[in-house]
Amino acid sequence: MSQQSALSRSLQIQFRVIGALLMREVITRYSRHNIGFLWLFLEPMMFTLGVTALWSFAGGHNFTNIPIAAFALTGYSSVLLWRNMPNRCSKAIEPNLALMYHRNVKVVDIFAARLILEVAGATASFIALGIIFTAIGWIKPPEDILKIMFAWAMLAWFGSALALLIGALSERSEIVEKLWHPASYLLFPLSGAAFMVGWLPDNAQKFLLLLPMVHGVELLREGYFGSMVHAYYDMAYMAVFNLCLTLLGLSQVRVISRTVIPE
Amino acid sequence: MIQIANVVKRYQIRGGERTVLDRINLQVNRGERVGILGRNGSGKSTLIRLISGAELPTSGTITRQMSVSWPLAFGGAFQGSLTGLDNLRFICRVYGTTSEDKIPFLQEFSELGNYLREPVKTYSSGMRARLAFAISMVVEFDCFLIDEIIAVGDSRFHEKCTRELFEKRRDRAMIIVSHDPGYIREHCQYAAVLVEGKLTSFDDPDQAFDYYNASSAEIA
Repeated sequence: MSQQSALSRSLQIQFRVIGALLMREVITRYSRHNIGFLWLFLEPMMFTLGVTALWSFAGGHNFTNIPIAAFALTGYSSVLLWRNMPNRCSKAIEPNLALMYHRNVKVVDIFAARLILEVAGATASFIALGIIFTAIGWIKPPEDILKIMFAWAMLAWFGSALALLIGALSERSEIVEKLWHPASYLLFPLSGAAFMVGWLPDNAQKFLLLLPMVHGVELLREGYFGSMVHAYYDMAYMAVFNLCLTLLGLSQVRVISRTVIPE
Repeated sequence: MIQIANVVKRYQIRGGERTVLDRINLQVNRGERVGILGRNGSGKSTLIRLISGAELPTSGTITRQMSVSWPLAFGGAFQGSLTGLDNLRFICRVYGTTSEDKIPFLQEFSELGNYLREPVKTYSSGMRARLAFAISMVVEFDCFLIDEIIAVGDSRFHEKCTRELFEKRRDRAMIIVSHDPGYIREHCQYAAVLVEGKLTSFDDPDQAFDYYNASSAEIA
């Protein structure tokens, strides 16, 4: 067998396995009962609606002339995107241990299936809510959809890389999961979901711009509001950060792949 | 052909390492049926998991030049929250075969009726065994790995399994691990014995049984 065909065959098997795991995740998460996999959209949709409502009642619009619904939508959707992926990947192996009796089912496939599902859910709810809010006149259509897509992809990359790392480390030690939960809550207010970097004092800006997701959210907002906001971001910094995180995550996945024992 | 060369498997345990398999060598050709005898805890299941590729050896190589099944046992390899049918679909997807045309066989063989639409975790152990065996027979392999298959429910179902595996698939290679010399004698051409991490192969199964009984008596 030539090298080319061996690679394409491996890819074929990998896609097949990830597809099977995707269906398995959809079934156990959303079940065959009631409205089933529609929850994929509805869950994040309800979160975003709730936050928009809270924000409006709390008078967040006093700080800025930015339309509040659009501000909450872009902010909270991006948090859902990068935060839920690590949540779903931590302790993801154990419920799937029995399936790892099948040689081609690998740790990385289990993570990949969960990541795909999470990105699909967050993206679908972001798009659906954007369309609904625009249709009923709460928000204006975005200014630059390409910029939004780029920012969204970068946030998804960050979330996936972080999820691989957290997912792999959580298999090695219980402490990782315990630490991740408070860390994710602490990161939420710092992530740029509830502010624009430009509103803050200089020294706070410097500190916050160390966080990679802040750059993604800033770009997302620039794509949405265009000239209404002045965004601060350095996508090269975010890309380098993501790349390092991805390599670190994949190396840890490789470490645990060697030690996982099927149930 | 399956070639196992110098395979070592160690596990980390509290306060050090435990060597479960120590430089194992074994070759299984197409159509050969090999039995591996070992007492409880001798590393039989570890060996079969390594051969299947579900686990990786600490060192050494395992070469598979024919399609090899997952370790068939009465339990395991199933996701408890999924229904019997969804487990069938999962496995068919993983191994790249169609599933809907396999449902009549699964229903007929497992005799589980409507329970196939219930989560596997609600099954009794006998029901799980019937589901496991029926699904195992849905995907075809050149070599079947069989882990203690003997512990199965009633004698009628046992006969059905024997017919399906050892008569209809008599042309396939099989690696069977068991602690029961009688079972190995009945179904295997060759036998090997696993004692204290070392695997000793015999061309004549009777020699293997003698060695197995002697080593068992020694340890006991």
